[in-house]
Amino acid sequence: MSTQKGFEEPSYLEYKGKYKGIFSWILSTDHKRIAILYLFSLLTFFAIGATLGLLMKLELIAPGKTIMTAQTYNAFFTLHGIIMIFAVVIPGLPAVFGNFFLPIMIGAKDVAFPRLNLLSWYFYVTGVSLVLISQFTGQGPPDTGWTFYAPYSFRTTGNMLPAVFGAFVLGFSSILTGLNFLVTIHRMRAPGMTWLRMPLFPWTLYATGWVQLLATPIIGITLLMIVAERTLHIGFFDPTLGGDPLLYQHLFWTYSHPAVYIMILPAMGAISEIIPTFCHKTIFGYKFIVASSIAIAFVGYFIWGHHMFTSGMSGTALYTFSLLTFIVAIPSAVKVFNWISTMHKASIDLQTPFFWAVGFLFVFMIGGFSGLILGSLATNIHLHNTHFVVAHFHFIVFGGTGYAFFGAMHYWYPKITGKMYDSRWANTGLIIFFAGFITLYGEMFFLGMRGMPRRYYDYDEIFHTGNIFSSLGAVVMYFGLAVIIINLFSSLRNGAKAPSDPWGGKTLEWTIPSPPPVENFEEIPVVTKGPYNYK
Amino acid sequence: MNPIENGKNHIIPYKTFLYVLAGLIALTLTSVTLTRISLGTLTVTIALIIAAVKSSFVLRIFMHLKFENKMFSRAVIGVIMLLCAVITITLLDYLNR
Repeated sequence: MSTQKGFEEPSYLEYKGKYKGIFSWILSTDHKRIAILYLFSLLTFFAIGATLGLLMKLELIAPGKTIMTAQTYNAFFTLHGIIMIFAVVIPGLPAVFGNFFLPIMIGAKDVAFPRLNLLSWYFYVTGVSLVLISQFTGQGPPDTGWTFYAPYSFRTTGNMLPAVFGAFVLGFSSILTGLNFLVTIHRMRAPGMTWLRMPLFPWTLYATGWVQLLATPIIGITLLMIVAERTLHIGFFDPTLGGDPLLYQHLFWTYSHPAVYIMILPAMGAISEIIPTFCHKTIFGYKFIVASSIAIAFVGYFIWGHHMFTSGMSGTALYTFSLLTFIVAIPSAVKVFNWISTMHKASIDLQTPFFWAVGFLFVFMIGGFSGLILGSLATNIHLHNTHFVVAHFHFIVFGGTGYAFFGAMHYWYPKITGKMYDSRWANTGLIIFFAGFITLYGEMFFLGMRGMPRRYYDYDEIFHTGNIFSSLGAVVMYFGLAVIIINLFSSLRNGAKAPSDPWGGKTLEWTIPSPPPVENFEEIPVVTKGPYNYK
Repeated sequence: MNPIENGKNHIIPYKTFLYVLAGLIALTLTSVTLTRISLGTLTVTIALIIAAVKSSFVLRIFMHLKFENKMFSRAVIGVIMLLCAVITITLLDYLNR
């Protein structure tokens, strides 16, 4: 029984409810247990996706066939993309840390719809299972890439339907989570927690919730249209049936670009929590950070066309999408300036989560600036579908969401588990991971600029040296990841007991014991001041 | 005060539901009939207008938007405007190709 601060209630880890063993987890409607279910599922899928990525890089260590055939390589990059996008980075921070901390940070006992919350996890596991089943059934695994581009997606003999339907089910999971968070934030904030007293992580979850709710149905319908086209031969995208392949790209990216903000906004929210805590300083420009989250979510709806600059769109659409793409950089830059201004003249406590936050800033800015190069029409023509795009994408998505995820993991680990981790090993893992990351993806910028296309399993001899560096970077990064994850797992057993507020944080989760009691708060707190009050 | 807070539910007479149902069926038949008449580019526009009218009936009566807090109506209007903006931007491509 946890007795910290006079709490009599057992922690959520001790209290099992009416079920025992595994059922106390997979049938629990406690938001914290559901978050842990997501965490373990997500880490499993991440391990699969990362292993596929490593094998692909080993294939590319030399020209020609190295360890797999071209068809296997196509299947691998498709599965790597689907798993990493739909099963890891989209649910990522909202499903794990959002589920765990949103109710606590706004002073609630649970989310608004706890059963719906559990249902969304079941949808998530079912969706990923369908995608995995598609690899081993039918006439061979899907080989379209994670984008399922028409017309290839309805002509390939690969086993498309389970994969597409799996992505569709995953979309449902995302919608339910978004809906749950929106209602929770609107109706369950603690007394006194006005909108502008709400911490920034819940704010980003709020902006993300709207994107999940309004953009995800578009991809759902689009994927169903592929199913209808393949099975009923209704002409949506196939020119021979009267369809338009570009319509598919419009529909796909109308969701999938906002999806980038589903990935990155909660990541920015986590960074906005970490930085003031370790700077022991009120965050600079709180209202501007809030406004920039809403602005990113809003403008993010209108810039999907920058994925299609070489597809044959009209000139008017090209100029419009390019302009809008440059506009979305402004609110992102507002956040970066505010984070750096928060660090200015601060007495920074150099702990592992802060190092992850700084790493995030570094790689996110490289990813952001390379995005401006791709958002410019002229340079895009040269760089489209090269390794430059792969590098940009991984700097933003893995560099952004991934760094923030691990940052958040190290920040909230003591609260979630009630244990402290070994900081030395955590920092060592981060250094190895960072070195591998920069070598792996940094080299890809140069390969792309020199013209190496993406999604090719073979390449010209002139790209060999760059690929050797990149592949070795992948091995180093994989090793770094192993150190980080093993350290976190071993600390579960060996770590010292965590106090309720190990970092000196000021948001509500640090006012309750570690790990939190079943119902979070003995009494719902009354909030009388803003979230980062270090004065 | 909204119905969730005051604990009261608005009860709509069955007759109203029947009128709305009849209206929806009539509009569906109109849509189907119009597909047999050649109206050129107006065909899609008219079909969309009829679909919008039908949707507004469903939203306002069946989904109780008419009787709910105005905030919900504003949220729905906001979403429709967002959808219109997305379609307009898509048309920048299709109309200028």
